[in-house]
Amino acid sequence: MIQYIIRRLMYTIPLLLGVNILTFFLFFVVNTPDDMARMQLGQKHVTEQAVSKWKIDHGYDLPLFINSEKGSFNKITETIFYQKSIKLFVFQFGISDSGRNIGADIKQRMWPSLAVALPSLLIGLLVNILAALLMVLFRQSYLEFWGLVACVVIMSISALFYIIGGQFLFSKLLKLVPISGFGSGVDALKFLILPVVISVVSGLGSGGRWYRALFIEEVEKDYVVTARAKGLSETQVLFRHVLGNAMIPILTGVVVVLPLLFMGSLIMESFFSIPGLGSYTIDAINRQDFAIVRSMVFLGSVLYILGLLLTDICYTLVDPRVKLL
Amino acid sequence: MFSVSCKRWLLLIHCLLLSSCNDAMLNNPYPAKEDKQSILYSSFSERPKHLDPAVSYSSNEYAIIGQIYEPLLQYHYLKRPYQLVPLTAAKMPEITYLIEDQSGVLIKTHVEPEKVRFTDYMIEIKPGIRFQPHPALAKGKDYFYHNLQVEDLIDIATITDFEHSGTREVVAEDYVYQIKRLVHPKIHSPIAELMKEYIVGLKEFSKIGKIQDPIVFRAQNISGVEVIDKYHFRVRIYGKYPQFIFWLSMPFFSPMPWEADVFYGQDGLADKNISLDWFPIGSGAYMLSENNPNRQMVLSKNPYFHLERYPNSGEPGDFESGLLADAGKSLPFIDKVIYVLEKETIPYWNKFLQGYYDASGVASDSFDQAIQFMGDGKAALTPALQEKEIRLQTAVTTSISYLGFNMIDSVVGGRSDQARKLRQAISIIIDYEEYIAIFMNGRGVPAQGLLPPGIFGYEPGAQGLNPYVYDWHDGYHRKSMATAKRLLSEAGFKGGIDPSTQEALVLYLDTAASGPDDRARLNWYRKQFSKLGLQLVIRATDYNRFQQKIRSGNAQLFLWGWNADYPDPENFFFLLYGPHSKIKTGGENAANYQNVVYDRLFEEMRNLANGPARLEKIHQLQEIIRYDAPWVLGFYPKSYSLIHKWYQNLKPNLMANNKLKYTRIDSDYRARQRQLWNRPLWWPMVLLIGVGSILLWPAVVIYRRRKKAVINAR
Amino acid sequence: MIILWTDALIYLLLTTAMVSGFFLRNYEGLKRPLNKIATNKSAMVSMIILVFFIAIGLLDSLHFKAEGQRASGVISVLDYCTQPLWQQTEKTYSAPFSAYLYSKAYITQADGYQSWGFPRLKFGGSHLLNPETEKTADVLIKLIVGLSKGFIFCLSWVGLRALYVAKKAGQSRLHVRPGFVGTTIIVVVVGLSGIIELSTYYHILGTDKVGEDVFYQTIKSIRTGLVIGSLTTFIMLPLAVVFGILAGFYRGWVDDLIQYCYTTLNSIPSVLLIAASILMVQIYMVNHPELFTNLESRADLRLLFLCLILGVTSWTGLCRMLRAETLKLREMGYVQAAKVLGVRPIGILFQHILPNVMHIILISVVLDFSALVLAEAVLSYINVGVDPSTYSWGNMINGARLEMAREPVVWWPLIAAFVFMFILVLTANLFADAVRDAFDPRRNQHD
Repeated sequence: MIQYIIRRLMYTIPLLLGVNILTFFLFFVVNTPDDMARMQLGQKHVTEQAVSKWKIDHGYDLPLFINSEKGSFNKITETIFYQKSIKLFVFQFGISDSGRNIGADIKQRMWPSLAVALPSLLIGLLVNILAALLMVLFRQSYLEFWGLVACVVIMSISALFYIIGGQFLFSKLLKLVPISGFGSGVDALKFLILPVVISVVSGLGSGGRWYRALFIEEVEKDYVVTARAKGLSETQVLFRHVLGNAMIPILTGVVVVLPLLFMGSLIMESFFSIPGLGSYTIDAINRQDFAIVRSMVFLGSVLYILGLLLTDICYTLVDPRVKLL
Repeated sequence: MFSVSCKRWLLLIHCLLLSSCNDAMLNNPYPAKEDKQSILYSSFSERPKHLDPAVSYSSNEYAIIGQIYEPLLQYHYLKRPYQLVPLTAAKMPEITYLIEDQSGVLIKTHVEPEKVRFTDYMIEIKPGIRFQPHPALAKGKDYFYHNLQVEDLIDIATITDFEHSGTREVVAEDYVYQIKRLVHPKIHSPIAELMKEYIVGLKEFSKIGKIQDPIVFRAQNISGVEVIDKYHFRVRIYGKYPQFIFWLSMPFFSPMPWEADVFYGQDGLADKNISLDWFPIGSGAYMLSENNPNRQMVLSKNPYFHLERYPNSGEPGDFESGLLADAGKSLPFIDKVIYVLEKETIPYWNKFLQGYYDASGVASDSFDQAIQFMGDGKAALTPALQEKEIRLQTAVTTSISYLGFNMIDSVVGGRSDQARKLRQAISIIIDYEEYIAIFMNGRGVPAQGLLPPGIFGYEPGAQGLNPYVYDWHDGYHRKSMATAKRLLSEAGFKGGIDPSTQEALVLYLDTAASGPDDRARLNWYRKQFSKLGLQLVIRATDYNRFQQKIRSGNAQLFLWGWNADYPDPENFFFLLYGPHSKIKTGGENAANYQNVVYDRLFEEMRNLANGPARLEKIHQLQEIIRYDAPWVLGFYPKSYSLIHKWYQNLKPNLMANNKLKYTRIDSDYRARQRQLWNRPLWWPMVLLIGVGSILLWPAVVIYRRRKKAVINAR
Repeated sequence: MIILWTDALIYLLLTTAMVSGFFLRNYEGLKRPLNKIATNKSAMVSMIILVFFIAIGLLDSLHFKAEGQRASGVISVLDYCTQPLWQQTEKTYSAPFSAYLYSKAYITQADGYQSWGFPRLKFGGSHLLNPETEKTADVLIKLIVGLSKGFIFCLSWVGLRALYVAKKAGQSRLHVRPGFVGTTIIVVVVGLSGIIELSTYYHILGTDKVGEDVFYQTIKSIRTGLVIGSLTTFIMLPLAVVFGILAGFYRGWVDDLIQYCYTTLNSIPSVLLIAASILMVQIYMVNHPELFTNLESRADLRLLFLCLILGVTSWTGLCRMLRAETLKLREMGYVQAAKVLGVRPIGILFQHILPNVMHIILISVVLDFSALVLAEAVLSYINVGVDPSTYSWGNMINGARLEMAREPVVWWPLIAAFVFMFILVLTANLFADAVRDAFDPRRNQHD
């Protein structure tokens, strides 16, 4: 088992390297360090000297890959690539273009992200499964038909409408929740209700359909038919057998997204001004803060790969038939 | 069984109803305990990039550091025209002009400006002013935190985690130290290059190189800046530069203790985002007690703030409007200011209407909701807002928005007759009156010259007419389309046709724009040009790249604006001063305008004191600009702000950055109003749940039927 | 005639689809699923509506130069047909069917007296003398006139068609219910005719901030949605199919390499990848201004790049599915047999593998379509979507957010974008469901 995990871990290294090189090319081809300096130094009276000063201070005055002016080993280390990209591997995100330490910001901002994303995921999961089970329970009736229609309708509405509509209705008209913001501790609760509800509702369409398909497949298997023949009621069959057996794909599906929860939701966070990593990323995109975007890309990739790893491990744990290749 | 659960439900509904009658504000974004405190709520949409007074140079940063740092001088809060008064200075600086006599010795003089070699500013500061409590100043026998080790920092997440803090008196050396910091190679002050040209010895000082150790840096001296004693210092500048006094009122010239650089320079603090850029150390009325740019920034009262009193006199009318009610009381009034991160305008506006923000601007989209025009053309609040007792303040800002021509461009640039006529024609057809009506809801004044109202040299009425674009008969009237067409054909583009290609002349407009809201604006510009048969291609990019294009002189036409740094005509006319051309020197002359006569007049005007002689020069300068038309003079935006009744002592002051200390909040009244405005509406929710349960009914029916079917089958 | 890049690609796509349709018309494997779709009522309704959407999109993809029409001089056939819509601009907002502006302004009466009130619109309902009393009746009359025009048109068309069909009776290969489809088409055409009639007299969905007709904007947005939904799949298909099948078929290092590529791409958050790439496009445009002399070509190139980038980031999912399916297929008896018989790998790929994964490709294409239309709106919100000057639902929603805060609320741009986008996505989803039900072999077993 340990060996398996180690082998899987080794496999992630070339992946991360690939991600790293790809993003490096994207970001340093798009914006030259000159552009970045000018933007950061900003408003009035920006001089050439100021730009070169800024570049020196942020380590952007180095050549991209090979520094021919330096000695043997330093040829490689004294470059933007080494300084800015390789250090990500040890989670040294460095300083953002606006001068703040990215690592500290990430540490601070991942908790609000999680506070929105985790309840959204769990409640969403619960609601989706419940809806799917109900549809399966009432299969081949007009309830299932209308349930499916409702799912397609929910799916066909852009997430932006849910947010705009929800904010308009619950905060502006009914005054039930604050319009936006965030608090610390228990205070945060009232800010979380609306984003969580909206993400649950907007995910209900595709989620409900997905789990329904899963359950329907399960329902038609032999053991369910046997169970039914034994005289178990439909509800018992569904909850005990169908749900139990569908648990493996459900759980592995959840595990793969778990690490990514830290990244938060881009739109939800910026609409409700929740100080999480999602809004952090959006801001960085809008301000073209490439140090942050690069870090977030890398972090996102690491978390995704971690999710894959966890899924694999879960599989081996729940299903011993999976060979430890 | 039934009765129990039923009772429980009733209880729940009862609770819900109770809570709705309970006046609880469910949508209150702040903790309930803050309701009755004297806290001002405001917002920031983007975290301020720099709070270091040597670096900071944009309005959103000044909104915060203006309250924290105290420069030598400030603008009088109430008096108009704007008037500088001492803040930490004991009195206005003593200015001495120096000339060289035959033997090269400097002597005092009062002669004409061109002969003056140097000007001395002798500054005396008030004794007894102390810095805010700060760990950098915490001191027993020695400084507590000037030698921090890695293990000391383990429990430190933010600046307030340091156990001790200290203070000390502000002395003359702190001001001088800050001047040194302006040219420190590690601190990129935006005014470093400018100041090097004026302050004697600053250029040489900047060449001493990168000194990492603040103590060594502190020991170096600028030849033109001299500490005389604890409360006196002297700054010597080259020649005569009357505008220097305005710079002394900007945060660039506020005191900075050398301890700050020692403290913040220590390893490990920057990794925790603890730096001078994020945690200022000033002597002002407020100090930044929490800086979490991801969520909120909190200013609280500086306990060591020196005695400062609310002004006793102001403009006529100030007394009547209650602005002098607090005259003579000691400042500040508000205990705490909370700036909440609010990126979107919609939530801000809605929260303002709910009473959760104390003041707001008027976005174009909420304009109709807020403002209506009365019969006489005056703006007034709509009944809905009047009912909330909101007040409206209007002011024409000291800024100008313009469309610039790149004067080195081969088609629109240059001072040939042909190009000038093309520019004049364009100036006529861009109907800024319509622009203001559509996009600004009338919040703007079409510009007749370079100077906005409120700046010396601005003239209303027929005096201030731009005769190349407007006619005067009982008001400004834009010249006719026929005039523009005639000018265009005189310029050689009859009917907008470029003779070299026999097709419509194509012009390129550069602008910084990204959002969908800009689309309408840019379409409008295109429409204006097509009135003359000209084709306008718009090259919209982000601000950063826009600036680069301007710098390299790649733009042909561009949209930009200027916000006055200080209330002096020099701050506007220098935007077209030849030696400041963008492409040559990276200065602020974005149009790259070159005109020897203009430059000479500008240099003369710059050194004059406000008066008839200066006005005469300004007339000549304005005439040149209007005739040559290097800019299509756009408009001076008006600012409308809305203020809740409980937010008092507010007077528009476009120059002062430290207005906060004068204002006052009636928090009891606010709490009452908030409660009144924010009663939650429950019945739609109850209705929703009711409808939902009715919808459940068919499910129950089917379930029962199925169960029966199964039993029957068995 | 001016051919923009996306125009060319759209017509290329259309031709490809038609040619492959022509070649596959007698293919046995297709008949049963197609019949199944044809018997599905909601699928047929969806398809008809989709066809109308596509027709509008295609009309909007034929551009030509029309002097004096607009500053840029490039308009599409759709623009030509809807001239009154975009030429009749008002000053600012006006509500649907309104004859007045939505905001107050000074009105100068004939006697020079100025008053503060709601001015009349320049075009919307300008034929009415007294809107308060006449409007409702007028709207109804115009609607009835429009509907009857449409009905007469349909009747004549049906009549001609009846003559034609009578001659070639019994040739229809599919079991389409002609009555049902015909009715649906007639309903849609009659409805459209009513709308067209009304829209020449009123702004039926109101006007936006600068007085542009919202109905026109929503119609123009159809093309953007379609382009993103279809071109993206057009771009990602070759990548996904080639790599997926090769990886599954050859195994070994080819498989490893391809798997590595798509896992790497997949692990980068796609929004960030898209954002970075869009910025790159912008730089290219800034540095080569001479290539983009008019606004249309700039916006068009950005749209194309957006499709490209979306395509590059979204091929991984399909690729993985195809690889898995190919892995399964290559172990099948007939493939092994073909190998033993010495059929060349290329032959096996084309004869045995590709036809057997076709259903996966088809299903994924229809399923992706609606997701892409929705994605466009989100990307436009974070400013990495289409060009701000392009008409798109995303841009409309983005602008409408501010309007929702107005009091009184300006709801029509948001609702218009919502309704049209909803209809497109809903029909696409319903159609996709039908396609999946029809083509997925596993589902067939259950029925």
